[in-house]
Amino acid sequence: MEKQEIRILIAKVGLDGHDRGAKFIAQALRDRGYEVIYTGIRQTPEDVAKIAIQEDVAFVGLSLLSGAHNQLFPRVVAELKKAGAEDIVVFGGGVIPADDIPFLQSQGIREIFTPGTTTDQMEEFIQRILAERA
Amino acid sequence: MDQAELKKQKERWSQTTLKAFVSKSPERQAKFLTASSEAVEPLYTPLDAGSDEYCLNQGFPGQYPFTRGIYPNMYRGRLWTMRQYAGFGTAQQSNERYKYLLANGQTGLSVAFDLPTQIGYDSSHSLAEGEVGKVGVAIDSLFDMEILFGGIPLDQVSTSMTINAPAGVLLAMYLAVALKQSVPCTELRGTIQNDILKEYVARGTYIFPPKPSMRLIVDTLAFCTREMPKWNPISISGYHIREAGSTAVQEVAFTLADGIAYCHAAEKAGMDIDAFAPQLSFFFNAHNDLLEEVAKFRAARRLWARIMKEKFRAKDPRSMMLRFHTQTAGSTLTAQQADNNIVRVAIQALAAVLGGTQSLHTNSRDEALALPTEKSVQIALRTQQLIAHESGVTNTCDPLAGSYYVETMTDRIEQEAQAYLDRIEDMGGMVEAIEAGFVQKEIQGSAYRYQKSIEDGSRIIVGVNKFQLKEEAPRDLLKVDPALRQIQINKIQQIKTTRDNARVGAALDRLEQTAKGVENVMPSIVDAVKEYATLGEICDVLRRVFGEYRQQVIF
Repeated sequence: MEKQEIRILIAKVGLDGHDRGAKFIAQALRDRGYEVIYTGIRQTPEDVAKIAIQEDVAFVGLSLLSGAHNQLFPRVVAELKKAGAEDIVVFGGGVIPADDIPFLQSQGIREIFTPGTTTDQMEEFIQRILAERA
Repeated sequence: MDQAELKKQKERWSQTTLKAFVSKSPERQAKFLTASSEAVEPLYTPLDAGSDEYCLNQGFPGQYPFTRGIYPNMYRGRLWTMRQYAGFGTAQQSNERYKYLLANGQTGLSVAFDLPTQIGYDSSHSLAEGEVGKVGVAIDSLFDMEILFGGIPLDQVSTSMTINAPAGVLLAMYLAVALKQSVPCTELRGTIQNDILKEYVARGTYIFPPKPSMRLIVDTLAFCTREMPKWNPISISGYHIREAGSTAVQEVAFTLADGIAYCHAAEKAGMDIDAFAPQLSFFFNAHNDLLEEVAKFRAARRLWARIMKEKFRAKDPRSMMLRFHTQTAGSTLTAQQADNNIVRVAIQALAAVLGGTQSLHTNSRDEALALPTEKSVQIALRTQQLIAHESGVTNTCDPLAGSYYVETMTDRIEQEAQAYLDRIEDMGGMVEAIEAGFVQKEIQGSAYRYQKSIEDGSRIIVGVNKFQLKEEAPRDLLKVDPALRQIQINKIQQIKTTRDNARVGAALDRLEQTAKGVENVMPSIVDAVKEYATLGEICDVLRRVFGEYRQQVIF
């Protein structure tokens, strides 16, 4: 599949306004040829799932720095599942303590990217998932 | 030596001594850039710095244009206020942290509120899920505020509150607590951030659209100049603009542009510039590039003084003094090798002090991972105490003045910031520039280039893209108990059954009427707060009258 056919939603859930990282990732992936949509800040899990389905994306990347990830990230996965869109791959990033990562993965978040992650690493992840599915 | 002769000799040095040296051992980089990506020359001389206009451009500390500081003897008289931003969990937990900080020699309080409080939602609101008590303390009503400041005499501390959209409500709660302690509001010292314009472009805790938000700010300005002469009713903040990725020049320009917008709004409401400008305060970032940052603070001071004098025709010198708080740059802290952050913070804090700050927060080493532990906060505070008492930099005013490099950069930052201010004025002012997306795009562009330079390795971040180590993920970080939300919800329910609900309803009705009219809303907010109306109830009234802001996604 061509990169421009791969649609990725970068989303800010919760009340957190720190969007520097989310915008960087969105723009960096766009610069590498992916079709990227960015939600803006302060979206609910329901909003994010709805946009993901409407926009027919393959990936949803969630960003949160306020510490509400354990509550909000799993709700996005649950909303997607409820709408029969469990094929959309959800990943996340932000200030997320190592202790929380196994829980988030058990809730269906495929990967958690912690500070220092490069665009290369993120693209490797995307390509790995696509290769699994091909 | 005259300039022509100096120029000749410098040219000769460059063509002979320097060139010969570099041809044998090439420089480490093709070009050298500041943290804001400005090119840096190998040498600065009197040819670069505008030292021939000393009295006009530098002058004397405590005198216009205040380049060298706002007080005549700076830290020889009083040190800056050491003010650590803190707050998490319940009011009780935060109260304990404040007492710990005061016992360790901190000289002022700085309250961090959680996101629901900052956006005007009670802890019981559905959007508060997962956020209660996380990035700050949860305050739902006056009841929480009474606990937060329990045992802290408000006539003896100064308190800064990082609160913006609902700033008037938290200020009213602080007043109500003070009254219960029999402290008159004329004696209260402190600051509310109350700077909504930067929320739209950088920080994100807006509630209402720009127009009613500006009205709320003008109301708090008018209220404070009348009732609370020792209070700073606004802290015009570049900190978050820089954290969002701006350059040093953009930080100065956009902050002062916000300041200009508030001054225009207050004047439009009939206030005299010298009646409120002495109570305006500012808040800047202290980033990694030590000398660029020192120049930035000096340039900001000089530019603001000139704006107040020339543009607003202020007469009172206090109106021209840019008084500012500084915080070290949270966004520069790394999760990798977190103890290195102690050194980063020390350098940044030194920049703030060499730049003449009035108060300072030093970040803790573990903030890229989680909320700081007591031990980390203590090291951060000790860093300030070391600079104050051991480094010697506090012994004289503005010690880096006269450095050819620092003076050149001070001039450049002022000029480039002025160019931005001119562009913003051409657009009709800061509100219009924000509505057009101009400010957001400028910041985003800088943020993107900065991160790219880290990814391509042209900018080295120790422990991140060079000198990496394999390390274990840190454990045992400070965590907020998710059960806390229920504790807050129970408290709200308890208050709603014990307060006089008829009086609450009447107070909220009066607030609604005032908000619809043109009278100052502060007295109505104070009345509602005293009746234990919750923050959410008060903000819901204002949401009904003013509407809510929806962010335009600029990407």
